[in-house]
Amino acid sequence: MRRIISGIFLLPLVLTSCATLNQDNSSRLDLIRERDELRCGVSGKIPGFSFLNSSGSYEGFDVDICRAFAAAILGDPEKVDYRPLTAAERFTAIKTGEIDLLSRNTTFTLSRDSIGGNGLSFSPVVFHDGQGLMVKKESEITKIEDLSNTSICVGSGTTTEQNINDAFESLSIPYTPIKYQDLNQVIAGYLQGRCAAMTSDRSQLAAARSGFSNPNDHLMLDTVLSKEPLAPASEGSDQKLADAMRWVIYALISAEEQGISKSNIDEKLQQAINNPKLKPLRRFLGIDGGLGEKVGLSNDFVILIIKSTGNYGEIYERHLGKNSNVPIQRGLNRLYKNGGLHISPPFN
Amino acid sequence: MRKKGRLFVQFLVLLILIFFVSIIINNLLINLSRIGLGFNFNWLLKPASFSLAEYSFSYNPSNSYAWALFIGWINSLKVIFTSLILSTIVGIIIAFFRTSKNFFIKIISSGYITLIRQTPLLLQLMFWYFVGFLGLKSDSLFPSQNLFNISNQGISIGSVSISSEFAALLFGLSIFTSAYIAEVIRGGIFAVSQGQWEAFRSLGISERKGILRIIIPQALPAIIPGLTSQYLNLAKNSTLAIAVGYSDIYAINDTVINQTGRAIECFLILLISFLILNLLISNTMEIINKLVINSLNKK
Repeated sequence: MRRIISGIFLLPLVLTSCATLNQDNSSRLDLIRERDELRCGVSGKIPGFSFLNSSGSYEGFDVDICRAFAAAILGDPEKVDYRPLTAAERFTAIKTGEIDLLSRNTTFTLSRDSIGGNGLSFSPVVFHDGQGLMVKKESEITKIEDLSNTSICVGSGTTTEQNINDAFESLSIPYTPIKYQDLNQVIAGYLQGRCAAMTSDRSQLAAARSGFSNPNDHLMLDTVLSKEPLAPASEGSDQKLADAMRWVIYALISAEEQGISKSNIDEKLQQAINNPKLKPLRRFLGIDGGLGEKVGLSNDFVILIIKSTGNYGEIYERHLGKNSNVPIQRGLNRLYKNGGLHISPPFN
Repeated sequence: MRKKGRLFVQFLVLLILIFFVSIIINNLLINLSRIGLGFNFNWLLKPASFSLAEYSFSYNPSNSYAWALFIGWINSLKVIFTSLILSTIVGIIIAFFRTSKNFFIKIISSGYITLIRQTPLLLQLMFWYFVGFLGLKSDSLFPSQNLFNISNQGISIGSVSISSEFAALLFGLSIFTSAYIAEVIRGGIFAVSQGQWEAFRSLGISERKGILRIIIPQALPAIIPGLTSQYLNLAKNSTLAIAVGYSDIYAINDTVINQTGRAIECFLILLISFLILNLLISNTMEIINKLVINSLNKK
């Protein structure tokens, strides 16, 4: 009995140490400037998106989003403290203020974006993905119906887990989910033959396959189980931070639309300075209009971003393009004018 | 009078303690609701909408989160209790091997203990699962026999079948804990004074009878408290199930946290589940301990 009472008394003490005080209602933008460093939550385990390179620093598509934001707000893309997070940790990390920004293959959903749900605020979608299934060619499985009564390896604590259940239930296909906490374990379980198939976002499957000893022995089924719009997220009640994030992403997309890249940014800037008639370009690059200030950034934030990461297309090509280690066809991630889904609202 | 005074001081200390604890809890609740994480358990009754590989009672994705967590707790209990029994049996055998006079048996058993105790449990579990069980072929090792099947999908004996995940966790936990239990038992046996050994030997009592009737009863009071803490460790170590894909309460909790975003409530449930479980284990062991001591005192 004595032990039960002391246990109950100690429990809140343990819990209190986890809670942090939120001093006032000021935006985290000021905090980031004061700290002179951006804390960015990433996965750290997905080649092409966020992965430790041979020199020990993080690299990838998601990492470049963090870098673009650091460039916009602090003027230096290197001032980022990366925090590797698991799928289960990521939202709590934002809510408790451990990180400023989450750039970790996170699917944009209603529950996550709303105050009644996880209470986050999502930026525009940076990568349109969909959940897929990968099987071994030798298994002769070619469609989802062939997976009846088999085991499927899946990562726990993700929308993946729910989607596979929805898809198989609606088709009345019985299956056994083998759940692992970590994508690397999902891959190991699949390669070792515990499961007939593994499921994850198609981009992650492609990234994983690029590391297999014989990538051609594995087949991605044509069925796409879900749409997975991946987007960065921040704390939902911080409107200023959300605004800044939204327009950093749009700046990357808009720069590609206008053909402004890392290599020609200086030239474009000169043109804009010399020619007062190029109104939209002058506004975009911060010569006129003072647009940056409206979202809590400096007026030249677009120049800072493009100089450090390049435009959206450049980021994509660097990490996921044909010549990268993890080639993924651009498909839905092309600009709207090339048949994709990316479009930026006007910088007016 | 003095006794009353002391009682008053104790009462005062208790009051102050309750006061501070309630301030802390209040503070916590206010701060949590300020960052939008206020306590709320309504979600427990909503449908879980994820499926599970293993369940002892009927389960489907339209059952509630609470039921899913309960299934996870039962899964945890299943692996904890089977591995508690298995590790005790193996531990006893190894302990007697270590006290044996046979040189080879002694070397083998002390090598076993050294190897198991010097490597991390997580590594061992991963080894048993990914190298041990998943390293097997996908079709049975004994295709001709229907009675006993072992493949990378699991083990089945007759109509009873267990998955590779459960088998690897059971195996890994039992082997790891057995090494510690063996050392606890050996320590208990050595704690019995050398004179007792000489005494029964000089009375002409056989070695086996002497150990069982004279040494073990005296060693038990030294063994049981150590055994209790090993059992508690075993229960807590079972949460490493998540590394080998077994759906224990911790793994299911992980999924629930992600779907509901209710990390604090989920961890509270987890803490309380384990508090109940471990209090059960330690109280049972305390009762056993008292019984042993009483029966010794009677003699």
